[in-house]
Amino acid sequence: MVDGVHDMGGMDGLGPLEVEENEPWFHAEWERRAFALTLAAGASGKWNLDKSRYERELMPGPDYLTTSYYEHWLYGLEQLLLEYGFVNEGELASGKTDPKQPKVVDARYLEGANVEKVLRKGGSVLREADLTPAFSEGEMVRVINRHPLSHTRAPRYTRGRQGMLDRVPGILVFPDSNAMGDGEQPHYCYSVRFSAAELWGQDADEKNFVYVDLWENYLENL
Amino acid sequence: MSGHDHDHDHSHLSDTELRVRTLESLLTEKGYVDPDALNALIDTYEFKVGPRNGAKVVARAWTEPDYKNWLLTDATAAIAEMDFEGRQGEHMAVVENTAEIHNVVVCTLCSCYPWPVLGLPPVWYKSSPYRSRVVIDPRGVLEEFGTELSDDVEVRVWDSTSEMRYLVLPERPAGTDNLNAAELQELVTRDSMIGVRKALSANTEA
Repeated sequence: MVDGVHDMGGMDGLGPLEVEENEPWFHAEWERRAFALTLAAGASGKWNLDKSRYERELMPGPDYLTTSYYEHWLYGLEQLLLEYGFVNEGELASGKTDPKQPKVVDARYLEGANVEKVLRKGGSVLREADLTPAFSEGEMVRVINRHPLSHTRAPRYTRGRQGMLDRVPGILVFPDSNAMGDGEQPHYCYSVRFSAAELWGQDADEKNFVYVDLWENYLENL
Repeated sequence: MSGHDHDHDHSHLSDTELRVRTLESLLTEKGYVDPDALNALIDTYEFKVGPRNGAKVVARAWTEPDYKNWLLTDATAAIAEMDFEGRQGEHMAVVENTAEIHNVVVCTLCSCYPWPVLGLPPVWYKSSPYRSRVVIDPRGVLEEFGTELSDDVEVRVWDSTSEMRYLVLPERPAGTDNLNAAELQELVTRDSMIGVRKALSANTEA
Protein backbone atom coordinates (compact mmCIF):
# COMPACT_ATOMS: atom_id res chain seq x y z
CA MET A 1 0.00 0.00 0.00
CA VAL A 2 3.00 2.20 0.32
CA ASP A 3 2.75 3.27 -3.30
CA GLY A 4 -0.89 4.23 -3.00
CA VAL A 5 -2.49 7.34 -4.46
CA HIS A 6 -2.09 9.23 -1.16
CA ASP A 7 1.64 9.47 -2.01
CA MET A 8 0.97 12.07 -4.70
CA GLY A 9 3.86 14.53 -4.49
CA GLY A 10 4.97 15.47 -8.02
CA MET A 11 1.93 14.12 -9.88
CA ASP A 12 0.00 16.18 -12.36
CA GLY A 13 -3.57 16.05 -13.64
CA LEU A 14 -5.36 15.81 -10.29
CA GLY A 15 -7.63 18.72 -11.09
CA PRO A 16 -7.60 22.47 -10.62
CA LEU A 17 -6.60 24.08 -7.35
CA GLU A 18 -9.81 25.48 -5.88
CA VAL A 19 -9.41 28.06 -3.15
CA GLU A 20 -12.51 29.10 -1.23
CA GLU A 21 -12.25 32.59 0.24
CA ASN A 22 -13.54 32.96 3.81
CA GLU A 23 -13.85 29.22 4.06
CA PRO A 24 -15.83 27.92 7.07
CA TRP A 25 -14.11 25.52 9.48
CA PHE A 26 -16.55 22.80 8.52
CA HIS A 27 -18.80 22.51 5.47
CA ALA A 28 -21.49 20.29 6.98
CA GLU A 29 -22.60 19.01 10.35
CA TRP A 30 -21.39 15.49 9.53
CA GLU A 31 -17.87 16.87 9.04
CA ARG A 32 -17.91 18.28 12.58
CA ARG A 33 -19.09 14.95 13.96
CA ALA A 34 -16.65 12.84 11.88
CA PHE A 35 -13.77 15.05 13.00
CA ALA A 36 -14.72 14.92 16.68
CA LEU A 37 -15.48 11.19 16.62
CA THR A 38 -12.04 10.51 15.15
CA LEU A 39 -10.31 12.42 17.94
CA ALA A 40 -12.53 11.07 20.72
CA ALA A 41 -12.19 7.44 19.56
CA GLY A 42 -8.45 7.94 19.08
CA ALA A 43 -8.26 8.99 22.72
CA SER A 44 -9.17 5.37 23.59
CA GLY A 45 -5.45 4.70 23.27
CA LYS A 46 -6.04 1.53 21.27
CA TRP A 47 -4.21 2.81 18.19
CA ASN A 48 -1.69 5.52 17.45
CA LEU A 49 -1.65 8.36 14.92
CA ASP A 50 0.58 6.43 12.51
CA LYS A 51 -1.88 3.54 12.51
CA SER A 52 -4.79 5.88 11.79
CA ARG A 53 -2.89 7.48 8.90
CA TYR A 54 -2.15 4.01 7.55
CA GLU A 55 -5.84 3.07 7.66
CA ARG A 56 -6.73 6.13 5.58
CA GLU A 57 -4.03 5.18 3.08
CA LEU A 58 -5.68 1.79 2.68
CA MET A 59 -8.79 3.41 1.22
CA PRO A 60 -9.09 2.18 -2.39
CA GLY A 61 -7.40 4.67 -4.73
CA PRO A 62 -10.40 5.51 -6.90
CA ASP A 63 -12.43 6.30 -3.76
CA TYR A 64 -9.59 8.28 -2.18
CA LEU A 65 -9.34 10.55 -5.20
CA THR A 66 -13.07 11.19 -5.49
CA THR A 67 -14.00 11.80 -1.86
CA SER A 68 -13.40 14.66 0.53
CA TYR A 69 -10.86 14.67 3.30
CA TYR A 70 -13.33 13.98 6.09
CA GLU A 71 -14.64 11.04 4.08
CA HIS A 72 -11.08 9.65 4.23
CA TRP A 73 -11.20 10.14 7.99
CA LEU A 74 -14.59 8.46 8.23
CA TYR A 75 -13.35 5.48 6.23
CA GLY A 76 -10.25 5.16 8.41
CA LEU A 77 -12.26 5.46 11.61
CA GLU A 78 -14.72 2.74 10.58
CA GLN A 79 -11.87 0.40 9.74
CA LEU A 80 -10.14 1.05 13.08
CA LEU A 81 -13.33 0.56 15.07
CA LEU A 82 -13.98 -2.73 13.29
CA GLU A 83 -10.40 -3.94 13.69
CA TYR A 84 -10.27 -3.19 17.41
CA GLY A 85 -13.76 -4.57 18.10
CA PHE A 86 -15.54 -1.35 19.06
CA VAL A 87 -18.22 -2.23 16.52
CA ASN A 88 -18.92 -5.09 14.13
CA GLU A 89 -20.11 -5.09 10.52
CA GLY A 90 -23.68 -5.89 11.52
CA GLU A 91 -23.81 -2.92 13.87
CA LEU A 92 -22.49 -0.58 11.18
CA ALA A 93 -25.09 -1.87 8.75
CA SER A 94 -28.06 -1.80 11.14
CA GLY A 95 -27.09 1.07 13.44
CA LYS A 96 -28.21 -1.10 16.36
CA THR A 97 -25.90 -2.39 19.08
CA ASP A 98 -25.26 -6.12 19.03
CA PRO A 99 -25.31 -7.54 22.58
CA LYS A 100 -23.03 -10.39 21.43
CA GLN A 101 -20.21 -8.00 20.47
CA PRO A 102 -17.66 -8.19 23.35
CA LYS A 103 -16.84 -5.00 25.23
CA VAL A 104 -13.43 -3.54 24.44
CA VAL A 105 -11.37 -3.68 27.62
CA ASP A 106 -9.06 -0.92 28.84
CA ALA A 107 -10.26 1.65 26.32
CA ARG A 108 -9.60 5.09 27.79
CA TYR A 109 -12.63 7.36 27.92
CA LEU A 110 -12.17 11.03 27.07
CA GLU A 111 -14.55 13.07 29.21
CA GLY A 112 -15.77 16.39 27.93
CA ALA A 113 -14.27 18.12 30.94
CA ASN A 114 -10.82 16.78 30.05
CA VAL A 115 -10.77 17.72 26.37
CA GLU A 116 -8.88 20.98 26.82
CA LYS A 117 -6.24 19.37 29.02
CA VAL A 118 -5.74 16.42 26.66
CA LEU A 119 -5.44 18.61 23.57
CA ARG A 120 -2.98 20.91 25.32
CA LYS A 121 -0.83 17.96 26.36
CA GLY A 122 -0.77 16.51 22.83
CA GLY A 123 1.41 13.52 22.11
CA SER A 124 5.13 14.12 21.84
CA VAL A 125 7.00 11.67 19.60
CA LEU A 126 10.41 12.87 20.77
CA ARG A 127 12.22 10.06 22.62
CA GLU A 128 15.35 9.76 24.72
CA ALA A 129 17.67 7.04 23.45
CA ASP A 130 21.36 6.32 23.62
CA LEU A 131 21.99 6.67 19.90
CA THR A 132 24.63 8.39 17.82
CA PRO A 133 23.44 10.02 14.59
CA ALA A 134 24.89 8.26 11.53
CA PHE A 135 24.86 11.49 9.50
CA SER A 136 25.76 15.06 10.27
CA GLU A 137 24.59 18.45 9.06
CA GLY A 138 25.86 19.37 5.61
CA GLU A 139 26.47 15.75 4.60
CA MET A 140 25.06 14.37 1.34
CA VAL A 141 22.79 11.34 1.77
CA ARG A 142 20.65 9.21 -0.53
CA VAL A 143 17.15 7.89 0.15
CA ILE A 144 17.19 4.13 -0.18
CA ASN A 145 14.99 2.99 -3.08
CA ARG A 146 12.65 0.83 -1.07
CA HIS A 147 8.97 0.08 -1.71
CA PRO A 148 7.60 -1.63 1.40
CA LEU A 149 4.02 -2.93 1.30
CA SER A 150 3.37 -1.22 4.62
CA HIS A 151 3.21 2.32 6.01
CA THR A 152 6.11 4.66 5.36
CA ARG A 153 6.78 8.40 5.44
CA ALA A 154 9.44 8.41 2.74
CA PRO A 155 7.57 9.91 -0.20
CA ARG A 156 8.00 8.08 -3.50
CA TYR A 157 9.47 11.16 -5.17
CA THR A 158 12.47 11.10 -2.80
CA ARG A 159 13.46 7.46 -3.27
CA GLY A 160 16.83 6.96 -4.87
CA ARG A 161 17.43 10.72 -4.73
CA GLN A 162 20.23 12.46 -2.93
CA GLY A 163 20.05 15.54 -0.79
CA MET A 164 21.96 17.49 1.80
CA LEU A 165 21.29 16.88 5.46
CA ASP A 166 20.03 20.23 6.66
CA ARG A 167 19.14 19.79 10.31
CA VAL A 168 18.42 17.15 12.91
CA PRO A 169 14.97 17.44 14.52
CA GLY A 170 15.87 14.66 16.97
CA ILE A 171 15.14 11.08 17.92
CA LEU A 172 11.53 10.47 16.91
CA VAL A 173 9.13 7.53 16.98
CA PHE A 174 9.46 5.62 13.69
CA PRO A 175 6.09 5.70 11.88
CA ASP A 176 6.86 2.69 9.69
CA SER A 177 7.06 0.36 12.70
CA ASN A 178 4.63 2.22 14.93
CA ALA A 179 1.81 2.03 12.37
CA MET A 180 2.27 -1.70 11.90
CA GLY A 181 2.21 -2.70 15.57
CA ASP A 182 5.97 -3.28 15.64
CA GLY A 183 6.70 -0.73 18.37
CA GLU A 184 8.05 2.79 18.37
CA GLN A 185 11.65 1.96 17.35
CA PRO A 186 12.68 5.61 17.83
CA HIS A 187 15.75 6.80 15.96
CA TYR A 188 17.20 9.91 14.40
CA CYS A 189 15.10 11.89 11.96
CA TYR A 190 16.71 14.50 9.69
CA SER A 191 15.49 17.32 7.50
CA VAL A 192 17.01 16.72 4.06
CA ARG A 193 17.29 19.42 1.38
CA PHE A 194 16.80 18.25 -2.21
CA SER A 195 17.39 20.38 -5.30
CA ALA A 196 14.48 20.49 -7.73
CA ALA A 197 16.81 19.21 -10.48
CA GLU A 198 17.63 16.10 -8.40
CA LEU A 199 13.93 15.36 -7.85
CA TRP A 200 12.33 16.53 -11.07
CA GLY A 201 15.04 16.47 -13.71
CA GLN A 202 17.48 18.77 -15.39
CA ASP A 203 14.91 21.28 -16.63
CA ALA A 204 13.71 22.07 -13.11
CA ASP A 205 14.15 25.57 -11.68
CA GLU A 206 17.62 25.75 -10.11
CA LYS A 207 16.31 28.09 -7.40
CA ASN A 208 13.75 25.58 -6.09
CA PHE A 209 14.39 23.18 -3.20
CA VAL A 210 12.27 20.67 -1.30
CA TYR A 211 12.90 19.82 2.36
CA VAL A 212 11.70 16.45 3.63
CA ASP A 213 11.92 14.96 7.12
CA LEU A 214 13.43 11.50 6.77
CA TRP A 215 14.40 8.87 9.32
CA GLU A 216 17.87 7.37 9.39
CA ASN A 217 16.48 3.99 8.30
CA TYR A 218 15.44 5.59 5.00
CA LEU A 219 18.91 6.93 4.25
CA GLU A 220 22.30 5.70 3.08
CA ASN A 221 25.72 7.25 2.50
CA LEU A 222 26.66 8.19 -1.02
CA MET B 1 -24.76 18.69 1.26
CA SER B 2 -26.29 21.47 -0.78
CA GLY B 3 -29.75 20.76 -2.08
CA HIS B 4 -30.75 19.07 1.16
CA ASP B 5 -31.31 22.23 3.13
CA HIS B 6 -35.02 22.19 2.37
CA ASP B 7 -35.55 18.83 3.98
CA HIS B 8 -34.08 17.38 7.14
CA ASP B 9 -36.05 14.16 6.92
CA HIS B 10 -33.69 11.26 7.73
CA SER B 11 -34.70 9.46 4.58
CA HIS B 12 -32.99 12.23 2.66
CA LEU B 13 -29.67 11.96 4.48
CA SER B 14 -26.74 11.06 2.31
CA ASP B 15 -24.93 7.79 2.80
CA THR B 16 -22.05 9.66 4.41
CA GLU B 17 -24.29 11.49 6.85
CA LEU B 18 -25.94 8.22 7.82
CA ARG B 19 -22.59 6.50 8.40
CA VAL B 20 -21.47 9.31 10.71
CA ARG B 21 -24.76 9.22 12.65
CA THR B 22 -24.52 5.47 12.98
CA LEU B 23 -20.99 5.66 14.37
CA GLU B 24 -21.89 8.42 16.80
CA SER B 25 -24.93 6.62 18.16
CA LEU B 26 -23.12 3.27 18.47
CA LEU B 27 -20.07 4.74 20.20
CA THR B 28 -22.02 6.88 22.64
CA GLU B 29 -24.56 4.14 23.38
CA LYS B 30 -21.78 1.65 24.09
CA GLY B 31 -20.09 4.17 26.36
CA TYR B 32 -16.88 4.52 24.33
CA VAL B 33 -17.34 8.20 23.53
CA ASP B 34 -18.64 11.04 25.70
CA PRO B 35 -21.09 13.29 23.78
CA ASP B 36 -19.75 16.21 25.82
CA ALA B 37 -16.26 15.46 24.51
CA LEU B 38 -17.50 15.61 20.91
CA ASN B 39 -19.05 19.01 21.53
CA ALA B 40 -15.95 20.28 23.31
CA LEU B 41 -13.71 19.11 20.45
CA ILE B 42 -15.86 20.82 17.83
CA ASP B 43 -16.13 23.98 19.91
CA THR B 44 -12.34 24.12 20.35
CA TYR B 45 -11.53 23.93 16.66
CA GLU B 46 -14.45 25.98 15.44
CA PHE B 47 -14.21 28.86 17.90
CA LYS B 48 -11.04 28.79 20.02
CA VAL B 49 -8.09 27.83 17.84
CA GLY B 50 -7.21 29.53 14.57
CA PRO B 51 -4.71 31.62 12.65
CA ARG B 52 -5.12 34.56 15.05
CA ASN B 53 -2.83 32.54 17.32
CA GLY B 54 -0.12 32.31 14.69
CA ALA B 55 -0.57 35.98 13.83
CA LYS B 56 0.26 36.90 17.43
CA VAL B 57 3.46 34.86 17.23
CA VAL B 58 4.47 36.49 13.95
CA ALA B 59 3.69 40.04 15.07
CA ARG B 60 5.74 39.52 18.20
CA ALA B 61 8.65 38.19 16.16
CA TRP B 62 8.43 41.26 13.92
CA THR B 63 8.62 43.62 16.87
CA GLU B 64 10.94 41.79 19.31
CA PRO B 65 14.29 40.68 17.81
CA ASP B 66 15.11 38.46 20.80
CA TYR B 67 11.80 36.67 20.47
CA LYS B 68 12.36 36.19 16.74
CA ASN B 69 15.76 34.60 17.38
CA TRP B 70 14.21 32.28 19.94
CA LEU B 71 11.39 31.41 17.55
CA LEU B 72 13.80 30.51 14.77
CA THR B 73 16.02 28.39 17.02
CA ASP B 74 13.48 26.75 19.37
CA ALA B 75 10.03 27.33 17.92
CA THR B 76 8.25 24.82 20.15
CA ALA B 77 9.33 26.60 23.34
CA ALA B 78 8.89 30.11 21.93
CA ILE B 79 5.35 29.35 20.77
CA ALA B 80 4.46 27.55 24.01
CA GLU B 81 5.50 30.71 25.84
CA MET B 82 2.65 32.43 23.98
CA ASP B 83 0.39 29.69 25.38
CA PHE B 84 -0.09 27.86 22.08
CA GLU B 85 0.83 24.21 22.35
CA GLY B 86 -0.43 20.66 22.17
CA ARG B 87 -1.97 18.40 19.61
CA GLN B 88 -0.45 18.68 16.12
CA GLY B 89 1.94 21.33 17.38
CA GLU B 90 4.05 19.20 19.68
CA HIS B 91 7.17 19.81 17.60
CA MET B 92 7.35 23.17 15.83
CA ALA B 93 9.81 24.70 13.39
CA VAL B 94 9.55 28.24 12.03
CA VAL B 95 11.08 29.12 8.67
CA GLU B 96 11.68 32.75 7.77
CA ASN B 97 10.75 34.41 4.50
CA THR B 98 13.15 37.13 3.37
CA ALA B 99 13.81 39.10 0.21
CA GLU B 100 16.00 36.19 -0.96
CA ILE B 101 14.16 33.11 0.34
CA HIS B 102 10.48 32.14 0.16
CA ASN B 103 9.21 29.16 2.17
CA VAL B 104 5.96 27.28 1.59
CA VAL B 105 4.56 24.30 3.53
CA VAL B 106 2.74 21.15 2.38
CA CYS B 107 2.03 17.62 3.51
CA THR B 108 2.13 15.52 0.33
CA LEU B 109 1.23 12.27 2.15
CA CYS B 110 -1.76 13.45 4.18
CA SER B 111 -2.65 16.83 5.72
CA CYS B 112 -0.18 17.58 8.55
CA TYR B 113 -0.62 21.17 9.68
CA PRO B 114 0.22 23.15 12.86
CA TRP B 115 -3.17 23.15 14.61
CA PRO B 116 -2.33 25.19 17.74
CA VAL B 117 -1.19 28.20 15.69
CA LEU B 118 -3.33 27.91 12.54
CA GLY B 119 -6.35 25.80 13.50
CA LEU B 120 -7.58 23.12 11.09
CA PRO B 121 -6.32 23.25 7.50
CA PRO B 122 -8.41 24.65 4.65
CA VAL B 123 -9.79 22.23 2.06
CA TRP B 124 -7.31 23.29 -0.62
CA TYR B 125 -4.35 22.45 1.64
CA LYS B 126 -5.67 18.90 1.99
CA SER B 127 -6.61 18.58 -1.67
CA SER B 128 -4.87 16.45 -4.28
CA PRO B 129 -4.04 19.37 -6.61
CA TYR B 130 -2.11 21.28 -3.92
CA ARG B 131 -0.39 18.25 -2.39
CA SER B 132 0.69 16.88 -5.76
CA ARG B 133 1.80 20.08 -7.46
CA VAL B 134 3.40 22.39 -4.92
CA VAL B 135 6.52 20.24 -4.57
CA ILE B 136 7.19 20.10 -8.32
CA ASP B 137 5.86 23.51 -9.40
CA PRO B 138 5.84 25.80 -6.36
CA ARG B 139 6.07 29.00 -8.40
CA GLY B 140 3.11 27.97 -10.55
CA VAL B 141 1.01 27.16 -7.49
CA LEU B 142 1.98 30.43 -5.79
CA GLU B 143 0.97 32.34 -8.92
CA GLU B 144 -2.50 30.81 -8.62
CA PHE B 145 -2.67 32.44 -5.19
CA GLY B 146 -1.62 35.71 -6.80
CA THR B 147 1.89 35.48 -5.38
CA GLU B 148 4.55 36.46 -7.88
CA LEU B 149 8.15 35.79 -6.94
CA SER B 150 11.15 37.19 -8.72
CA ASP B 151 13.27 34.59 -10.55
CA ASP B 152 16.23 35.12 -8.22
CA VAL B 153 14.26 34.25 -5.07
CA GLU B 154 15.05 30.79 -3.70
CA VAL B 155 11.89 28.76 -3.09
CA ARG B 156 11.91 26.21 -0.29
CA VAL B 157 9.02 23.75 -0.05
CA TRP B 158 8.67 21.95 3.30
CA ASP B 159 7.00 18.54 3.05
CA SER B 160 5.68 17.68 6.53
CA THR B 161 6.53 13.98 6.59
CA SER B 162 7.38 13.75 10.31
CA GLU B 163 5.57 15.16 13.36
CA MET B 164 7.59 18.35 12.93
CA ARG B 165 5.09 21.09 12.07
CA TYR B 166 6.22 24.07 10.01
CA LEU B 167 5.08 27.67 10.31
CA VAL B 168 6.26 30.34 7.89
CA LEU B 169 7.38 33.64 9.36
CA PRO B 170 6.31 35.99 6.57
CA GLU B 171 8.31 39.07 5.66
CA ARG B 172 7.23 42.17 7.52
CA PRO B 173 5.55 44.43 4.96
CA ALA B 174 7.25 47.68 4.04
CA GLY B 175 5.93 50.89 5.55
CA THR B 176 4.85 49.30 8.84
CA ASP B 177 7.53 50.79 11.11
CA ASN B 178 4.93 52.88 12.93
CA LEU B 179 2.58 49.96 13.66
CA ASN B 180 2.52 48.16 17.00
CA ALA B 181 2.19 44.40 17.45
CA ALA B 182 -1.60 44.52 17.73
CA GLU B 183 -1.86 46.44 14.44
CA LEU B 184 0.68 44.19 12.74
CA GLN B 185 -1.32 41.07 13.66
CA GLU B 186 -4.06 42.24 11.33
CA LEU B 187 -1.66 41.95 8.39
CA VAL B 188 -0.75 38.33 9.14
CA THR B 189 -3.05 35.95 7.29
CA ARG B 190 -3.33 32.18 7.48
CA ASP B 191 -2.06 31.90 3.91
CA SER B 192 1.01 34.00 4.67
CA MET B 193 1.93 31.55 7.46
CA ILE B 194 1.53 28.57 5.09
CA GLY B 195 3.61 30.52 2.60
CA VAL B 196 1.24 30.66 -0.37
CA ARG B 197 0.78 34.42 -0.04
CA LYS B 198 2.68 37.30 1.51
CA ALA B 199 1.47 39.24 4.53
CA LEU B 200 -0.99 42.02 3.70
CA SER B 201 0.56 45.38 2.93
CA ALA B 202 -0.03 48.23 5.36
CA ASN B 203 -2.50 50.05 3.13
CA THR B 204 -4.78 47.02 2.75
CA GLU B 205 -5.44 46.86 6.48
CA ALA B 206 -9.18 46.85 7.04
